[in-house]
Amino acid sequence: MKKLLRRGGAIFGLVVVALFVVLALAAQWVAPYDPLATSWSAVRQAPGAAYLLGADELGRDVLSRVVWGARASLLAGVVSVCISVACGVPIGMLAGYLGGWIDALISRITDAMLACPFLILAIALAAFLGPSLTNAMIAIGISATPVFIRLTRAQVLAAKAEEYVEAARALGNPHLRIALRHIFPNIVAPLIVQATLAIAAAVIAEASLSFLGLGQQPPAPSWGSMLNTARNYVDQAPWMAIWPGLSIFLLVLSFNLLGDGLRDALDPRHK
Amino acid sequence: MAKYLLRRLAQIIPTLFFVSVLIFGLQQLLPGDPAIALAGEERDPETIRYLREKFHLDEPLPVRYWHWASGVLKGDLGDSVRIQKPVSELILEKLPVTIQLAAMAMLIALAIGIAAGIVSAVKKDTWLDYVANVFALWGLSTPNFWLGILLILLFAVQLGWLPASGYVSPFEDLKANLSAMLMPAFVLGNAIAAVLMRHTRSAMLQVLSSDYVRTARAKGLDERVVVLKHALRNALIPIITLGALEFGTLLSGAVLTEQVFSIPGFGKLIVDAVFNRDYLVVQGVVLFTATVYITLNLLADLAYFLVNPRMRT
Repeated sequence: MKKLLRRGGAIFGLVVVALFVVLALAAQWVAPYDPLATSWSAVRQAPGAAYLLGADELGRDVLSRVVWGARASLLAGVVSVCISVACGVPIGMLAGYLGGWIDALISRITDAMLACPFLILAIALAAFLGPSLTNAMIAIGISATPVFIRLTRAQVLAAKAEEYVEAARALGNPHLRIALRHIFPNIVAPLIVQATLAIAAAVIAEASLSFLGLGQQPPAPSWGSMLNTARNYVDQAPWMAIWPGLSIFLLVLSFNLLGDGLRDALDPRHK
Repeated sequence: MAKYLLRRLAQIIPTLFFVSVLIFGLQQLLPGDPAIALAGEERDPETIRYLREKFHLDEPLPVRYWHWASGVLKGDLGDSVRIQKPVSELILEKLPVTIQLAAMAMLIALAIGIAAGIVSAVKKDTWLDYVANVFALWGLSTPNFWLGILLILLFAVQLGWLPASGYVSPFEDLKANLSAMLMPAFVLGNAIAAVLMRHTRSAMLQVLSSDYVRTARAKGLDERVVVLKHALRNALIPIITLGALEFGTLLSGAVLTEQVFSIPGFGKLIVDAVFNRDYLVVQGVVLFTATVYITLNLLADLAYFLVNPRMRT
């Protein structure tokens, strides 16, 4: 029963993620209005026929901004995790495969990065780099890197002790070949699971940075910055807060469900 | 014991060193002349001169790090260029507010998380377990600033039961303080409750299938005594130590929660500092949180070591 629900959850996650991806890619055709077009006659208009999800404080269509916001959120989630994977996996492999002082050095630096709370490190990096969506993605990507270093290192250490790696070594394969052809394919599964869960965390982190004003800059639409504005109009226009928040929740929930499902499917220890 | 303690302390020193290098390195990300950037928007020539002198900006990087780190070791994190106060003083000033928020949030998280975890482990594979798991997923996926706004909408705007934002010192008016902190503490505790629920569930499942629990049941003890006295007591060890690791989530969450509810704590300090380009404050806050986090980790490890006899062999 539970396994089925889990799998059902994973399918739900996959469908919702796919839906948001389509929405993000087709934003210009799906969104009924220009997300930046203001209209003084529609200021804080309640949801209705003209504006399905209502209008914001400048009379912009909330639905169109939510649709375009999906692009910023997904882009931030995927790009920042790509940065973490691109930096974390090779460094983690280096530490795990070579061992010795290189491993000790990398592990201590990883410990140091993990000692700074994820969002606080991302805020600090975004502050010093300057507020923009690109810098927010870099900041989130760097902040999430140590998790991948640690995971890759642990996986490589486990794989290194396996007989097939010893066999490859005994056959005289060069180190790089052993690492890339023999070890890497065997550690991909947990990395995919971690990457999926990391996208969920990155989407929340981007929304948080944008909410604080350190991510996507106005007037460009992003769910986090929409919530930041909506905070000031909770009593007059609650729809401004409900839809962007619900979108973040749905997207993050879906990535979490997908990640849990993938873990069940790919990692026998979690069954 | 002493050997373990020494080994653990020896591990901390390089970590703290790299934390300081990392945070010192943040300054190097600033474009252009760091003295001008650090001086904030006013670019007061007096401040620029102070910063150039204070951070030895005309000297090579390792020398600058040395000067900065030796200042930090003496508790000197520099002065805020905006408020003209030592950064360490600012941090200590804001800290009690965040500690209260964090403590209340942790209490809420422990109460909800452990209760839900026990229920879902004891009633494994029933609808109660399913509901508890859904609750955990909800907690992990809800951005806490959104939850904050929704609660304000419900409890402050619609029902008028709690204040929407603001902060009152508990020494001035305890009742007003508690009613102002209740929503933020719940928002902050929500995500941690979810994590604790998952930890409790897996720890309880493991303990419930152990031999001594079977023995306790075989003795004919009441199921409630078995679960709460025999099982929970042992399951609590990993829960509490893992809970200590949630400190990072707590502080990250506090930044957003304090922003939503306009609470003048630690999180608001770093956000305001970011917008005032008060970089020394940003650096100071990150350094401080990292140090506290490392210390808490150490304490959690020690607690685990002390209460778990198997670790001592």
